[in-house]
Amino acid sequence: MHDDSIILCRCEDVTIGDVRRMLAAGYVTIEDLKRQLRIGMGPCQGTTCSLLLQREVAAFLKKSPEDVPLAKARPFVTGVTLKAIAEAADEE
Amino acid sequence: MKSEIVIVGAGISGTAIAYNLAIRGMKNIVVIDEGYLTAGSTGRCGAGVRQQWQTKANCTMAKKSIEFFEHAAETLQYDEDIEFKQEGYLILACTEAEVEQFEKNVALQNSLGIPSKVVSKEEALKIVPHLNPDAFLSATYCKTDGHLNPFKMTDAYYRAGKNLGVTYLFGEHVERIDVEQGKIQRVVTDKRTIETARVVDAAGGFAAEVGEFAGVKIPVYAERHEILVTEPIEKMQGPMVMSFSKNLYCQQVPHGAFIMGRTTPDEPHGHDLSSSWQFLDAMAKTVCHIMPKVGELHAIRQWAGSYCMSPDRQPILGPTDQLEGFYLACGFSGHGFMFAPMTGVLLAEMILGLPTTLPVEDLLIDRFKKQTATAYEKSVV
Repeated sequence: MHDDSIILCRCEDVTIGDVRRMLAAGYVTIEDLKRQLRIGMGPCQGTTCSLLLQREVAAFLKKSPEDVPLAKARPFVTGVTLKAIAEAADEE
Repeated sequence: MKSEIVIVGAGISGTAIAYNLAIRGMKNIVVIDEGYLTAGSTGRCGAGVRQQWQTKANCTMAKKSIEFFEHAAETLQYDEDIEFKQEGYLILACTEAEVEQFEKNVALQNSLGIPSKVVSKEEALKIVPHLNPDAFLSATYCKTDGHLNPFKMTDAYYRAGKNLGVTYLFGEHVERIDVEQGKIQRVVTDKRTIETARVVDAAGGFAAEVGEFAGVKIPVYAERHEILVTEPIEKMQGPMVMSFSKNLYCQQVPHGAFIMGRTTPDEPHGHDLSSSWQFLDAMAKTVCHIMPKVGELHAIRQWAGSYCMSPDRQPILGPTDQLEGFYLACGFSGHGFMFAPMTGVLLAEMILGLPTTLPVEDLLIDRFKKQTATAYEKSVV
């Protein structure tokens, strides 16, 4: 897995190469990488790429993955249409 | 560690002030943030930039800032995309009172060189065809308002500042500001002591607390404002759509997602940044009423940020007679991102004793001592 063109975040098309470039530029927290690259900000909200990214950051920092904090988890668990929310609320 | 000045807060204001001081020749500038770059209000904001305001000070701050954004990437020699788009703000007038007020607003804006105009319902529907025609009476439109990526704009100031020698300390918490004989002596963090005679309070939602560290009273408070974003889709909306009376702002960003927010009535003062179902419920209903087509999109993330509210909803900038060497850049009342270029310039000019680019009387903290001050910004969501 040394090919920089491998896609890590499939929602936002972020590659390992993008991540490595940002790490080398000094953005070494997942919160920073998320904001600069949009990694983990797409429809799946990082459920696919978070752990892969954590391993990549850990390797760069020569740390164990569990010592690299993940991005803050925010709602929603899955996408919901605004219409469904508005109408569901009306039924109550 | 010694420094000429310590700036508390690495959001858009702190990074803009640091850059503007550095480019004017100041050395040993230190910026401290307890989080990461844009961890506070900047990274949580709605990413809109507008000039359609109701007070003169806000209009001029905004206009000059837009002029900076137009050339920001080249001025700061930033090689990434700051995602600036000028497709306007369309502000809906939904009551007769708003129709009347907005005509006055446009007259003021035009007198200051801002190209806003009143548009009829039919014209508004040409600009944003998916608006519910029954939701509003008329609108105002300013085509040079727009959108800018807060992460990238802040990063541009950050990198430009770093290239000029600014020191950034992230993940570091200010614990004390020591004052002796009426003078600032040092800033003490959880990791070090920094000898300095000057401090800038650019701490966003925590501006009042940072003031208290130095014994400076600032009449501001933090208020949670919630926001959400949808999945990205193909472009269907150019301008930001906004309504004060229906309590909504909603824009499709260049990336394709829609960002939308509204104020929760009677929100308590404080630092709660949790996400509520009450906001989600009201937001979904509001957007489905005004823009039913946008309501068909999946919301994917919800978050919140602090507005630093000032008594007249205008920024509080510059020195204070409460403490020599203490400077304020706070009280933006939800609009610190879009005013930041001028915040940076004006703070640098006041700190260095230079003539200011804009009149600052209406922005100094001393204005609250005068009983005659009447300006109050009502164009806020």
